[in-house]
Amino acid sequence: MERNQMHRQVSVMRQSLFDQGYLDEQFIQLEELQDDANPNFVEEVVTLYYRDSSRLILSIDQALERNPLDFNKLDTYMHQFKGSSTSIGAKKVKAECTQFREYCKAGNGEGCMRTFQQVKKEYTILKRKLEAYFQQARQVGPSETACRPRN
Amino acid sequence: MVSEMESGHIEEMDIEVLPSMWPDDVGTDAGKQFNVEKPKGDQDMLEEVTIIDDATIVDFKRLLELTNYTETGSSQLAYLVKHWEYKQANAVRLLREELDILSKQREEVELKKLEILEEHRFEEERYGGDKRPISILDEVYDLWQDIPRRKNDVIVQNKRVEIDAEYDTVVYWKQRAMHLEKLLEASTQREQILTEKLQESIKDLERQSSPVEELSQILKRADNFLHFVLQNAPVVIGHQDKELRYRFIYNHFPSLHEDDIIGRTDVEIFTGSGVKESQDFKREVLEKGLPAKREITFETDLFGSKTFLIYVEPVFSKAGETIGINYMGMDVTDQVRKRERMAKLREEIAVQKAKETELNKTIHITEETMRAKQMLATMSHEIRSPLSGVVSMAEILSTTKVDQEQRQLLDCMLSSGDLVLQLINDILDLSKVESGVMKLEATKFRPRQVVKHVLQTAAASLQKILTLEGHVADDVPVEVIGDVLRIRQILTNLISNAIKFTHEGKVGINLYVVSDPSSVKGEGCHQNKVSVDGDNEEQPHSPETKVWIRCDVYDTGIGIPETALPTLFKKYMQVSADHARKYGGTGLGLAICKQLVELMGGHLTVSSQEHCGSTFTFVLPYKVSTASDNSDDPDELSDMADNNAATDEATERFFQFQPRTLGSLFSSNGSSRSNMGYTRSHKLNGFSDNSYSFPSNSVRSKETASVEEACSTVDDAETLCQPESSSSHSPDPANQDTVCRGNRCQDDTSSQFQNPIIDSTHHKETSREVAVAANTREPQGTCQRREKSDTSSQCVSSCSTEVPKSTLKPKILLVEDNKTIVMVTQSMMKLLGHRIDVVNNGVEAVCAVQHHNYDLILMDVCMPVMDGLQATRLIRSFEETGNWDAAVKAGIDQGVLSLDSLQNGLGSTPSAKRIPIIAMTANALAESADECLANGMDSFVSKPVTLQKLKECLAKYLP
Repeated sequence: MERNQMHRQVSVMRQSLFDQGYLDEQFIQLEELQDDANPNFVEEVVTLYYRDSSRLILSIDQALERNPLDFNKLDTYMHQFKGSSTSIGAKKVKAECTQFREYCKAGNGEGCMRTFQQVKKEYTILKRKLEAYFQQARQVGPSETACRPRN
Repeated sequence: MVSEMESGHIEEMDIEVLPSMWPDDVGTDAGKQFNVEKPKGDQDMLEEVTIIDDATIVDFKRLLELTNYTETGSSQLAYLVKHWEYKQANAVRLLREELDILSKQREEVELKKLEILEEHRFEEERYGGDKRPISILDEVYDLWQDIPRRKNDVIVQNKRVEIDAEYDTVVYWKQRAMHLEKLLEASTQREQILTEKLQESIKDLERQSSPVEELSQILKRADNFLHFVLQNAPVVIGHQDKELRYRFIYNHFPSLHEDDIIGRTDVEIFTGSGVKESQDFKREVLEKGLPAKREITFETDLFGSKTFLIYVEPVFSKAGETIGINYMGMDVTDQVRKRERMAKLREEIAVQKAKETELNKTIHITEETMRAKQMLATMSHEIRSPLSGVVSMAEILSTTKVDQEQRQLLDCMLSSGDLVLQLINDILDLSKVESGVMKLEATKFRPRQVVKHVLQTAAASLQKILTLEGHVADDVPVEVIGDVLRIRQILTNLISNAIKFTHEGKVGINLYVVSDPSSVKGEGCHQNKVSVDGDNEEQPHSPETKVWIRCDVYDTGIGIPETALPTLFKKYMQVSADHARKYGGTGLGLAICKQLVELMGGHLTVSSQEHCGSTFTFVLPYKVSTASDNSDDPDELSDMADNNAATDEATERFFQFQPRTLGSLFSSNGSSRSNMGYTRSHKLNGFSDNSYSFPSNSVRSKETASVEEACSTVDDAETLCQPESSSSHSPDPANQDTVCRGNRCQDDTSSQFQNPIIDSTHHKETSREVAVAANTREPQGTCQRREKSDTSSQCVSSCSTEVPKSTLKPKILLVEDNKTIVMVTQSMMKLLGHRIDVVNNGVEAVCAVQHHNYDLILMDVCMPVMDGLQATRLIRSFEETGNWDAAVKAGIDQGVLSLDSLQNGLGSTPSAKRIPIIAMTANALAESADECLANGMDSFVSKPVTLQKLKECLAKYLP
C-alpha cells in the first residue's frame, strides 16, 4: 500500500518533469533501454551526462572570459553540450543551448553570456530535480513500474 | 740684439745643413736635437757626462773616402761649402751696401754744398746735416764674434746744426755754411773709417774662412750626443765595405780592440753559429741593394749565446753601386727568450685545452654510450615487459569463454602484440649486437634438428603452395656447439624471407661442411673435413675441433635486383619502397642476420638472379662436441627421448614439406597437407602416416590466417627460438598447451614430434587427425569447440570476403566522441541485439576500418582530431584504391597502418564492398545532409538518436 503510494509519488514526480517541460520524449527512450541487465541505466546515463558536461561547462565559462570571444570555439563546445543534453532529453537545457548557438552565430557576446547563465540555471535545476527523482525511485526499489514506467 | 739675430740665423742654417750631415736613420727630426745649443755657446752641458771616447773606433781615412765618394758625404760637403759661401757673400753684400749708402750720403752733401754755394755765392759746401744719420750697421750682423764688438765705435752721434744767428741773414748763412763744412769733414772722416773697417773685415773673413773646422765641430757635437744617447744601449753600429770588412764599428761593450775589428770581416773576427748566417745576410743585402732586417742568434765563444736583431742597409756610391753596408744590431736575447717562453706556454695551453676538449668528448661519448645502454635496458624492460604482459593476458583471455566477436578482437590483439614484440626484439637484437652487449651462448645442438624445426615452423605458417626442403650432408656432425638460439634465429629469418618472396617452387636449406674459409676459399666443397660417418655411429671428435658448416638457404622466388644487393644487409633497407609495401617487414631482418653471423665469426653472403631466386649463404665455425649423446638442449631432448628412432633421426639428411593436394588448395575445405618425408628408410614404428605429416597448407580459419600473416610478415620471426614465442603465435594457446603437455608426457603422441607446433596453428585438421591417429590428450571438447569457432569466426580478416556470413551478426562501428551519446547509442544497439565497436574520432575510425571489416558505420560529424566527413572520405578512398595512401597523406601514422597494409599487400584485393556509413548529426538541416552525402556517407540520422531511427537505419542497411 505504502509502496504503491510511493510508486505513485515517483510517477507523479516524473510526470511533472515532463509537464513542466524539463524533459522530453528522449528521456523515455532512455527509460526504454533500461532492463534487468541495466536496472539503473537512466540514472547512469544522467550521471555520466552530468559528469561529462561539467567539463564542457567549465570550458565554456573559460571561453566566455576571453576577450574577444572565440565564437567558433564556443559554438563547438555548445554543440557538444547540446548533443549530450539532447540525448538525455533535457528539453529546457537544450532550448537554452539552441538559443546560445543562435547568439553565437550572430556574434552576440552579450546574448551568449546571458543565455549561458540560463543554460547553467536550467542545468542545475534539472540536476536537482532528477537527483530527487532518482533518489525517490531508488527508495521505491527496482520495481518494474519504477524502472520502466509506461505512461 | 746682435746675439739674438745671431742665434736665429744659426738655427736657420742648421736646419738646412744637418739632415744631410747624418745618415737617414739619424733623420731630419733627430737633427733638431743638435740645435739645442749654439755651436760656440756653452758646452758645459756635456762636460758633466762621461763619454767614453774609445767606444768608437773609426777609420778616419775611410770616413774621408766616404765623404769624398759617397753621395751623402759629398752632399754634406756641398752643403757645408754653400753655407760658408752664403755667409761670406752676405757679409760682403752688407759691407757694400754700407759703402753705397755712405757714398750716396757724401754725394748728397756735396750736392747741397754746391747748391748753397751757388745760391749764396758762398764757397762753402752744404751738408744735409738735418738728416738723420743712419746706423746701417744696426741691420748688419756678424757671424763672427770679434766683429760685433766694433760696432759700438761706428755709431754716429746725431747732431743738429745749431745756429744762433737770425734766419736768412748773412751771418746766419755764414754760420750755417761753417757748420755744414764741419759736418762734411766728419762725414768724410767716417767714410774713411768705414773703408778701413771694410778692409779689416775682409781680412778677418779671410782669416776665418776654413769650413772644416766648423764642420768637425758640429760633427763632434753630434758625435758626443750620439755617444750620450747610445752609451747604455745594447746596440752595435757598424759600417762594412764591399768586402764586408769593418770600416767602422760602434760597440758600447767592446770585447775586441780596434785592430781586431777594423779591416776584418765577421767570419774573420769570431766563430760560432750565426756568424756565417749574418755574413750571408749582409752579403744578400749588399747584392740586392735593399735594406732588410733579420733576427739572428749567435752562439759564439766571444759573447755566448745571444740573439741580435740586425738591420742592414746598403750604401751606394754616386754611380749607384753598392760600396758597403751600414749595419746596426740590437741585442734582443731577453725578448727572444721571453717570446719563446710565451710561445711555449701558449703551446702548452693549447695542448692542455685540446686535451681537455678530447677528454670532454670522451666523457660525453662515454655518457652517451652509458645512456644508450641504459636506454637499451630500459627499452627491454619498459616496453617488452608490459607488452608481453598485454600479449600473455590476451592469450589467457582467449582461453576463457569468449564469444566469437571477442575472439576476433583477441586474435587481432595477439597478432598486433606479437608484431610489436617482434619489432622490439629486432631492434633490441640489433642494438645489442651493435653495442657489443650481445653475448653468445655455447650449447650443444643438433644441426639436423635445427634445420628440421625451422622448416617445420615455416611449413606450419605456410600459406602458399611451396615445397620446403632441407638437405644435410653426411659429413655434418650430429652435434655441434654453438649458439643455437641465434643460429635458429638466422635460419628462421632467412627462411621466412625466402618464403615471403617466393610465390611458387621451393624453398630449402642445404647444410654441409666446408673447409676453413680462411685456409681454402673454395665454396661448396663437400669435403669430409671432419670425419663423421653418415650412419648410426658417431666417431668421437677431439675436443675443441672446429668445423665450418656452410648453410645455403635457397628459393625460387622473385630474386633480388643487382642494384639492391649492396644495401641488402643495411639496416632499414629494403629492395624498394614498393617491396616494402607489398611484402612488409621492417628491413631489419637481414641486418640482424648479418651481424649475428659476423658476431659468431662467420660470414653471410647472397647470390641472386632476378625472377629465378636467391641463395643466402652463411658459413659458421662450430666446435664439435665429444660426447654427443647427452644433449643439454631440452628441446632436443624431448624430441629425442620420445623418438625411438633417435639414431636415425640424428643422421637423417633430407627433409621435405610438400603441399600434397595442390589442386584442391584453398578451394576445398578438405584437409590439404604437406608431408614431411624422409628419403631414407624410416622406421614408422607402426604409427600411421598421419603422424609424420604436417599439413602446411590446410585451409585454416581466417583468424588464424590473419595472425599468421602478421607473423610471417615479420622478417625473422623467432617462432622456434623460444617455445613460448611459438605459442604466442598460436591463436589457441590452450589448445597448444594441451598438446605440448601431451607431448611432454610422451607416450601417446611420442611419434609426432612435430605435431605440437603444427597443431597449434592447424588445429582443426590436425587435431582431427591426432584424434584419429593417436590417443592425444587433447580433449575432444576442445576440438569440437575449435571447429565450431572456426566456422563462425571466418569473417575477421580482410581477405575473408568470400566466406559466407549469413550466420554472422553484422559488425557495427560507432564513431562518436560524446560519452553520453555513446552510452545511449550503445544501449540502444544492444537492445536491438547488436554489439558495436566504439571509437572516439575519425582517425580511430580509419584505423578500426583497417583492422576489421564492418558492415555498418555510424559516424558523428563533429569530432575532435578528425571529423566524420574526412574519415568517411578516407575510408571511401581506401575502398576505391585498395590502399591507405590518402590516410597516410592525411597524417595518420604509418605505423598504425602497417599491419593492415601488409595484409592487403599479401593477397587481398581492394575490398570490393562499400561499407554503409551513416552520419549522426545534430544539424539535421538540408545543407548538412547534402554535405554528408557529398562526402561519401550513405545517409544520416539526426540526433538525438532514438530506437526507432536506429531500427529503421539498420533495417535499411543491414541485409
